[in-house]
Amino acid sequence: MVTALAEIATPPAAGAALDIEQVSHAFDIDGAELPVLSDVSLSVEPGEFVALLGPSGCGKSTLLRLVAGLDKPKAGTLREDEVRIARPHPSRVVVFQDPTLFPWRTVWDNVALGLEAQGVLKSQRHRVDDALDLVGLSDFRTAYPHQLSGGMAQRVALARALVNDPKILILDEPLGKLDSLTRITMQAELVSLWQRKGFTTLLVTHDAEEALVLANRVIVFSDRPARVKADIRVDRPYPRHRGDPYLADLRRQILGLLGLDATW
Amino acid sequence: MSTYSLSDGIASGAPRLSRAPVLASWLRESGVGVLAGVAWIAFGLSCLWWEDLGDWSRTHSLGIAAFIVAAIALFGTVGADYLGSAGKALRQRAPWLVALGAFLTLWEVATAKFAWLPLPFFPPPQSIIEVYTDDLPKLLDSVFASVKLQLGGYLIGATVGFLTGVSIGWSRAVGYWVHPVLRFIGPLPATAWLPIAFFTFPSSWSASTFLIALATGFPVTVLTWSGVASVSNAYYDVARTLGAKPSFLVLKVAIPAALPHVFVGLFMGLGSSFAVLVVAEMIGVKAGLGWYLQWAQGWAAYANMYAALIVMALLCSGAITLLFAIRDRLLVWQKGTVKW
Ligand SMILES: Nc1ncnc2c1ncn2[C@@H]1O[C@H](COP(=O)(O)OP(=O)(O)OP(=O)(O)O)[C@@H](O)[C@H]1O
Ligand SMILES: [Mg+2]
Repeated sequence: MVTALAEIATPPAAGAALDIEQVSHAFDIDGAELPVLSDVSLSVEPGEFVALLGPSGCGKSTLLRLVAGLDKPKAGTLREDEVRIARPHPSRVVVFQDPTLFPWRTVWDNVALGLEAQGVLKSQRHRVDDALDLVGLSDFRTAYPHQLSGGMAQRVALARALVNDPKILILDEPLGKLDSLTRITMQAELVSLWQRKGFTTLLVTHDAEEALVLANRVIVFSDRPARVKADIRVDRPYPRHRGDPYLADLRRQILGLLGLDATW
Repeated sequence: MSTYSLSDGIASGAPRLSRAPVLASWLRESGVGVLAGVAWIAFGLSCLWWEDLGDWSRTHSLGIAAFIVAAIALFGTVGADYLGSAGKALRQRAPWLVALGAFLTLWEVATAKFAWLPLPFFPPPQSIIEVYTDDLPKLLDSVFASVKLQLGGYLIGATVGFLTGVSIGWSRAVGYWVHPVLRFIGPLPATAWLPIAFFTFPSSWSASTFLIALATGFPVTVLTWSGVASVSNAYYDVARTLGAKPSFLVLKVAIPAALPHVFVGLFMGLGSSFAVLVVAEMIGVKAGLGWYLQWAQGWAAYANMYAALIVMALLCSGAITLLFAIRDRLLVWQKGTVKW
């Protein structure tokens, strides 16, 4: 009764708009300045699915940390729905490159982390169960992280993010450690989830094909310091097929931008 | 071809070997048990066969007790298959029973019967038993006093140390003030404070509690602090993006992540607080096992000293075991922890 009311009371979480305006960032390494982001501007519509592609070490994870509010940019501003991003907020949830599960918590308790931190766990326990169901790990709710495989840990991290109903879901190569089969299943899950909930998605990936199967829009970054090199719309209905010649064409184009034109 | 010859070899070898393994396995499983029985019978006989050189009242009972142990060892290990887990446990400990029986026999013969070891300094087993039966009230009082003092001091020291460690690890301001003090005073052995503590504190009991707390507190503080300081930033990042407030970061991230370090500190604190306890009891407090030891020495009651030492060893070992059990409970999530 109470839970049903609560569900009606909370409006369906829609995506938020994200504006990245002339953001530059640099790290100090032993006194020397290492520029990582150079004048990056990007405007993401509510509910868009944006994939970020770029060479390793160019600054993708750094940009995601800025969006999450974990770090402040050296220059420029980031806004979520016109509100300046100054600190982390559970409306923007990150799935990090490493799963970073808390080893002292069971799988269930790890997934419950966000609800517990926000003080709503007591009334919303079913959301944890639902999220675990979603990633297919209900049987492992009492397991500890050291008992999981790398791919399972990655799925728990995904469930831990999804349970919070984020407005912007920030994914840093979340499927990188999965085997190709689970990966394809999880990609389909991700798309259907995104379509159902309507959150804005930012996905960093190394895999051009993954970017094209999942995203509305693919941003290609240059080498460090990262600049936006190309902004490609992918106007194809879902579910998409890997063999689609239109996507194959875009893929060739993207790999060319990443400097692989000769071999492909 | 080679497979044929191999299976032939096995087939022809099997019947010849069939009796020997049965005997061998019986010997392996029960042989040690029989040996244990023999060792304890030997101990019992060594008690009863010769006359005691001194005047000890428990020699006869000790001999009987040795025979009972022998019987338990013998039937327990031979019939282990019918005794379930108790039988299995007994079998596992059978080699120790052999060693113990042999040692006690040697001890008995070397002291009470032939005095190969100088007598007042090396009392026989029966005189230690005599202490436990005849001086029990005083010994129990001492145990109670020691446990009370140790427990109070240790709990205070561990709590204060833990809270201090978390505060230093968490807050720069607290670290700024506490860290130098800790560096200056911490490494000083707590016993160095003994003379000052005994005349500044209102009672020797409160002085000792303070010293035990001090000995416990230093390692607990340092290790809690280093535990909190070494928590990976990635954990805080995850928690913060999920909406965690600072109190959550301390209570649900920093402390659980630091807990393995905290336990190392608790173990070290326990060890050094035992040392302080005994010294404090010997010097200032008029109760406890340390005082009992001192008192026994004054009367040249060497049997009482050994008896008290054995009790002390059991208590210290029991405390460590208890701490291990608590750690294993709280840190089930860790893989490959040391078994005590
Ligand atoms: N905390 C930090 N301090 C100093 N330098 C850093 C820090 N974090 C990242 N860097 C540097 O910034 C650059 C970009 O790092 P980032 O993690 O954003 O790359 P990335 O694009 O995510 O790479 P990958 O695809 O391999 O994950 C790297 O050269 C890295 O050395
Ligand atoms: Mg990265």
